[in-house]
Amino acid sequence: MPAIWLLVIVLVLAVAGYVLGRARVMRSASGDSRILHSLPRYYGIYVAMMTLVPALLLLGIWLVAQPMLVNLATRAEIPSAAVENHINLSLMMSEVHSTAADITTAVNAGTLDEGDLGTPDRASQALGRDIDAATLDAAKHYRSLDRIGDMARSVIVPLLALLFFFYTLSRIHKDMRARNVVEQGIKVLLVSAASIAILTTLGIVLSLVFNTIEFFRLYPARDFFFGTTWAPSFGGGSQLGILPLLWGTLYISLIALIVAVPIGLFAAVYLSEYASKPVRAVAKPLLEVLAGIPTIVYGLFALLTVGPALQTVFGRDALDIMPAASSVMTAGLVMGIMLIPFVSSLSDDIINAVPQAMRDGSYGLGATKSETIKQVVFPAALPGIMGAILLAASRAIGETMIVVLGAGAAARLDVNPFEAMTTVTAKIVSQLTGDADFASPEALVAFSLGMTLFVMTLALNIVALYIVRKYREQYE
Amino acid sequence: MNDMRLTERKVDAKELKIQARNVQVYYGETHAIKDVNVDILDNTVTAFIGPSGCGKSTFLRTLNRMNDTIDICRVKGEIMLDGEDIYDRRVDPVQLRAKVGMVFQKPNPFPKSIYDNVAYGPRIHGLARNKTDLDEIVERALRGAALWNEVKDRLHAPGTGLSGGQQQRLCIARAVATGPEVLLMDEPCSALDPIATSQVEELIDELREKFSVVIVTHSMQQAARVSQRTAFFHLGNLVEYGETGQIFTNPEDPRTESYITGRIG
Repeated sequence: MPAIWLLVIVLVLAVAGYVLGRARVMRSASGDSRILHSLPRYYGIYVAMMTLVPALLLLGIWLVAQPMLVNLATRAEIPSAAVENHINLSLMMSEVHSTAADITTAVNAGTLDEGDLGTPDRASQALGRDIDAATLDAAKHYRSLDRIGDMARSVIVPLLALLFFFYTLSRIHKDMRARNVVEQGIKVLLVSAASIAILTTLGIVLSLVFNTIEFFRLYPARDFFFGTTWAPSFGGGSQLGILPLLWGTLYISLIALIVAVPIGLFAAVYLSEYASKPVRAVAKPLLEVLAGIPTIVYGLFALLTVGPALQTVFGRDALDIMPAASSVMTAGLVMGIMLIPFVSSLSDDIINAVPQAMRDGSYGLGATKSETIKQVVFPAALPGIMGAILLAASRAIGETMIVVLGAGAAARLDVNPFEAMTTVTAKIVSQLTGDADFASPEALVAFSLGMTLFVMTLALNIVALYIVRKYREQYE
Repeated sequence: MNDMRLTERKVDAKELKIQARNVQVYYGETHAIKDVNVDILDNTVTAFIGPSGCGKSTFLRTLNRMNDTIDICRVKGEIMLDGEDIYDRRVDPVQLRAKVGMVFQKPNPFPKSIYDNVAYGPRIHGLARNKTDLDEIVERALRGAALWNEVKDRLHAPGTGLSGGQQQRLCIARAVATGPEVLLMDEPCSALDPIATSQVEELIDELREKFSVVIVTHSMQQAARVSQRTAFFHLGNLVEYGETGQIFTNPEDPRTESYITGRIG
C-alpha cells in the first residue's frame, strides 16, 4: 500500500477520534459540559493528536529508514567478485536500483511476468537492456526485501494509530485533564519548529565543513587564504587565492554602509522624532517599499543607470579613473540604497522604544530636540542601533545580484573604487554554475568561500554582541 | 514637617514669582484647564491637589511650556514669570525650561553616570568654564539634593543603579544644577516608599530657601506637610487657593471640604 493511503487512513482515524472522543466525554458527563475538567473539544483534540502524531512519526521514520536498511541488506548479499565488473560498489548499487525500478514498472504495466526473470538472458530481453546475473539477483533480492518492508509498514502504521486510538478513547472520562495534555502537545510542536531551524543551520554548517575539508585536501590552505591571485581554470593549475575576493567584498560593503548608515539613521531620527503623524504614516511605508524591491532590480539599476551616470563624471571622457560602468562604487552606492530601509526601519523602532520619560527629563532641563537626541536618545538606543547596522553589514557581505551586475567579474586587488572588482558571493555563483565536476578544487572552492563568509558574519555577530553588552546603557 | 503645626504656620510676605491670569488649556477639543488664576510666591512651596484628571499636572506643565512638546495642546491666557509673559513670541521655551526646572513623577535618570546626569544641564547651557567649575556645580547640586554623601565615592557609576529614592533625588539634583528659579515637581514621591518619600519631602522643605517650588501631589498629607500654600483643582477649575493651613482646616468652598475629608475624589 503506498504511503499516501496510509496517511489518509491515519487522518480518517484521527477525525473519527476527534468526534468519538468528544462524544464519549459528553456521555461520561451525562451531557452537562460544565462538569468537565476541560472544554469538550480538548478531549476530541487529545484523541486525534495521540492517534495522529505517533503514527505519522513512525511513518516518517519508516520512509527514511527502509531504503537505507534494504540497501544495506542487499549490499551484504552481493559477492565481492561481482562488484569488480561495475568499477565500484556505489555504481553497482545504482545499477541495482534502476533494474529494480524497471522491473517494478514493467510488472505494474503488465508487460512483464515475475516468472520471466528466471535467467539474466530472459530478464535482459524483457527489460530491453543488458543485465548480468549478479545485478539481477541483487535486484530481485532488493525488490523482495522492499516488498516485505512495504507490507510491514502497511500493517504496523495503521495498527499503531488504532492502538493509540483505542487506548486514549478508553482513558477519556469527565475528570481527565485533556486540556493540559493538549497544552503539552502544543509545546512539543513549538519546540520542534524551533529545533528544525537550528538543526538546519547545523546541517548547512556541516555540509560546508565537509566540503571545505575536501577542498583543502586538494588545494593548500595557505595558498587559499594568502593567495593574491584568483584565476580558476577548469583544466587544472588554478590559482585560488581568496584575498582579492575578500577585498572586493569588504570594499563594496564598506561603501554600502557609508551610504546606508548615515542616511538610514537620519531618516529614522526624522521619522521618529520630528515627523508629524500624517507624514510618518505616509513616509515610513514608502521607505519600506525600498526593502521589498528584489535585489536583481537594484542590479539593473546599477548596471543601466548608476554606472553610466558615474562614468560621465569619472569615466574616460572626464576624470578618466573609471574604465567601465561596472565598479566597486557603482555596486556600493546601489547596495547602500538597498540597505537604507534596513537601517532606518530597525533604528526607528529602537528609537521609539526609548521611554518618553527620558525625553521629558531632557526637555525639562532646557535641552533642544537635537541635543536630546544626541545625548539621551542615541546612547539609550545605541545597542539596538549597532545591531541594526551589523545586520545591514551582514546583508551587504552576503549580497550577490547587485555585485554580479554592478561590480563586474574581475577579481582584483586595487584601491581605486572606480575599478571593477568582484566579491566572494559572486564567485561562489560562477564556480558552481555550468558543468563543474564536483570533485575538482575549482568547484569545491565554492564551499570554502561559503564557509569563509559564514565565519565572517558569525564574527560580526559576536563583535556586535560584545559591543552591545559593553555599551548597554540601561533604562528601567 | 509636623501636621500639628499646620495652623500656626505663617507665610511671610514674599515676592511674587509666577502670575497666571485666565489660563485656558485645550487638548484638541477637550477643555482641560478653565480660566485659572494663580499667584505663586518666591521661596514658597505651593502644592496643587485634586482628584485624578483635574488638570493639576497639565497646569504645572504649562508653567515651563512642557506642553509645547504635545502637538494637540493649546494654551491661552497669560503666565508671567517675574513680570514677563512666558508665552510671548520672544521667549525661547528651551531657555525658559532651564529657568523653570522640572522633576517628574517617575524617577527618570538618563542612562549615564551619576556625574553626567547632573552635569547634563550645565553642559548644554554652558554654565561651567572648565572641568573644575563643572565639578563644583555637580557637587553643589548633589549636596543641594542631599545626595552627595551617598554617591560621592561612585560618581561615575550609572545613575540607574541607584535606589528609587536616590534616583529621584538625583533628578532633583539634575534640575537644581542648571540654576533654576522655580522647581516644578509632578508627584515626585508617587513611585517611592515611605522612607524615600520623607527624605524627598525634607529636601523640598530645604529647597524652598533658594527656589520657588510647585508640587503636584495626590497625597493630602504630603501637601499639608511640605507646602505653605495649596491650590485645589477640580474638573479643570481652580476651586480654592490659599494658605495651606487655612485650606486644610477651614476651607471656604464645600468642594474643597468634601475632597479633603475624602467624600469626593
